[in-house]
Amino acid sequence: MKRVYVNEEWCLGCRLCEYNCAFANSGMTDMVKALKGKPIFPRVRVDGDRDIHFAVSCRHCRDPLCVKSCICGALYRKDGRVRVDRDRCVGCLTCVLVCPYGALTLSERGTVQKCELCLENACGEPACVLGCPNRAIVYEER
Amino acid sequence: MGIDYIYPEFEVIRNESRCVTCQVCQRQCANEVHRYDPDLGRMLSDETKCVGCHRCVSLCPTHALKIVKNDCAFRENANWQTGAIKEIYKQASSGGVLLSSMGSPAPLSVYWDKLLLNASQVTNPSIDPLREPMETRVYLGKKPGLVDRDDKGNLTYALEPQLELSMPVMFSAMSYGSISYNAHKSLAMAAQKLGIFYNTGEGGLHEDFYCYGGNTIVQVASGRFGVYKDYLDAGAAVEIKMGQGAKPGIGGHLPGAKIVGDVSRTRMIPEGSDAISPAPHHDIYSIEDLRQLVYSLKEATEYKKPVIVKVAAVHNIAAIASGVARSGADIIAIDGFRGGTGAAPTRIRDNVGIPIELALAAVDQRLREEGIRSQVSLVVGGSIRSASDVVKAVALGADACYIATGALLALGCHLCRTCHTGRCNWGIATQRPDLVKRLNPEVGCQRLVNLLTAWNHEIKELMGGMGINSIEALRGNRLMLRGVGLTETELRILGVAHAGE
Repeated sequence: MKRVYVNEEWCLGCRLCEYNCAFANSGMTDMVKALKGKPIFPRVRVDGDRDIHFAVSCRHCRDPLCVKSCICGALYRKDGRVRVDRDRCVGCLTCVLVCPYGALTLSERGTVQKCELCLENACGEPACVLGCPNRAIVYEER
Repeated sequence: MGIDYIYPEFEVIRNESRCVTCQVCQRQCANEVHRYDPDLGRMLSDETKCVGCHRCVSLCPTHALKIVKNDCAFRENANWQTGAIKEIYKQASSGGVLLSSMGSPAPLSVYWDKLLLNASQVTNPSIDPLREPMETRVYLGKKPGLVDRDDKGNLTYALEPQLELSMPVMFSAMSYGSISYNAHKSLAMAAQKLGIFYNTGEGGLHEDFYCYGGNTIVQVASGRFGVYKDYLDAGAAVEIKMGQGAKPGIGGHLPGAKIVGDVSRTRMIPEGSDAISPAPHHDIYSIEDLRQLVYSLKEATEYKKPVIVKVAAVHNIAAIASGVARSGADIIAIDGFRGGTGAAPTRIRDNVGIPIELALAAVDQRLREEGIRSQVSLVVGGSIRSASDVVKAVALGADACYIATGALLALGCHLCRTCHTGRCNWGIATQRPDLVKRLNPEVGCQRLVNLLTAWNHEIKELMGGMGINSIEALRGNRLMLRGVGLTETELRILGVAHAGE
């Protein structure tokens, strides 16, 4: 399965991926309309300090702790991807607590959100990868 | 002090209705032009620091930025133009020599643009390179004057060492130190992929790049930085740099601040010491002296590698090239006055040297007249901007071209001409680790390969149009060129007829 991998050696910490992610998942066709004047809720986050940065998003674990811990069956694994059913999520945040990568976050509507590889939105493939200026995140089979 | 104030060269125009305050511009500007103000909730900019490198413009996700030339004007004056006035102010305040980077922006004649190529019509067929074989491979080095065979038809002499190029273009000398590790790596990888050569420049060869040796030309310049046996052995050819088109007659000075870590190790000089390349080679004061160095290098490399002598295009270039050809050099590289540099005194860059087109034509003509043209290959550089420049150079008599500014543009350079500040936002002309990492060599290599692959297609198209299927058949074929808007003297030196003739 193709996954998003991080080449932290090339990450500039520009955080374009966060904005591209928020836009791709906004359901809107214009970035300005989608993001201007609002707090953003990206599913990928650039972590690190001055010297080293890397973009963290869901690893789509083979044996995901988040799915095991979900109390309401909102998180599930399908075709290798870990997905979230927003209508089932009750916002208990147990998954946020157990994820070793910090890849789950709270969305603006109070439910949990995570990277689903942009396969459901208009982008069709990970927007963070498409917009990365230095190939610091790649979407490939390994 | 107010009296020293020079109005900023550029204006940063931010379309507030598009800016989403993502702060990418702030994070990407090493000159610290952009700043987010949390109280105002918007981005502010300090235009005095902007160099017009367009890093922010390129990465702004909503295309909210543009950098425009500032129109704050002095009273119009054809003699005292804005640039001249500002330079006086700068020198009056600093007392220093003005420094510049990259090639001269002065509006002097570009002869490539006044030369037109021929194409076949009716009486001779043009060739479609997509359907028929087309040869752009060239060999650089001494060629035998005549072909001599024994009874069995075998050649009776050993061919001198040659460089084989898949197309008549190479990456010109840029030292590790003046450009970054990742820029060097991109060039090395691309040269290997393309089957051409890149040039180390005078800063030595980083230990990580010895594996690209088969596609490397190692340079020996007046500073002799990083030169030792293994270095000479690593390259496919050795280049003696006598001069550089951007700054003929003067040396180089890489400030101690840039001589850190690997740069210091590769140059083999102590950390923090200034790397000073003297203006002349202190052991070369004549063609005979040059011959000694050429043969010392040939001796050191067991006569297995061609030796290139690089000179800047200056007034007596034809006589100089004739001398160089007789010094035993296998290849002469000539660098025209529009060639780039990491730093040069502005006055030298903009006023010394001659255009490469005229130098090339004069040298090719002189070497033919003296019957020594086949003893050397000619490589020309100094602002070769496109495939058609390459084709015109070959038709004027060049065996191959050197490109450097073009290659840097492919790597992301936006020609802001502030390399000497060491804050290159594109990760090219800098040694700051956080900036160097902005150039991923995988990406850089791919872009260079793309560029030259495209050029090679274009070279073949242009050759095909002229009914020529081998670049060798185009070399020195000035009948394929016509001049437009040139004087009798210019046409005579270029050795081409005027359009319509």
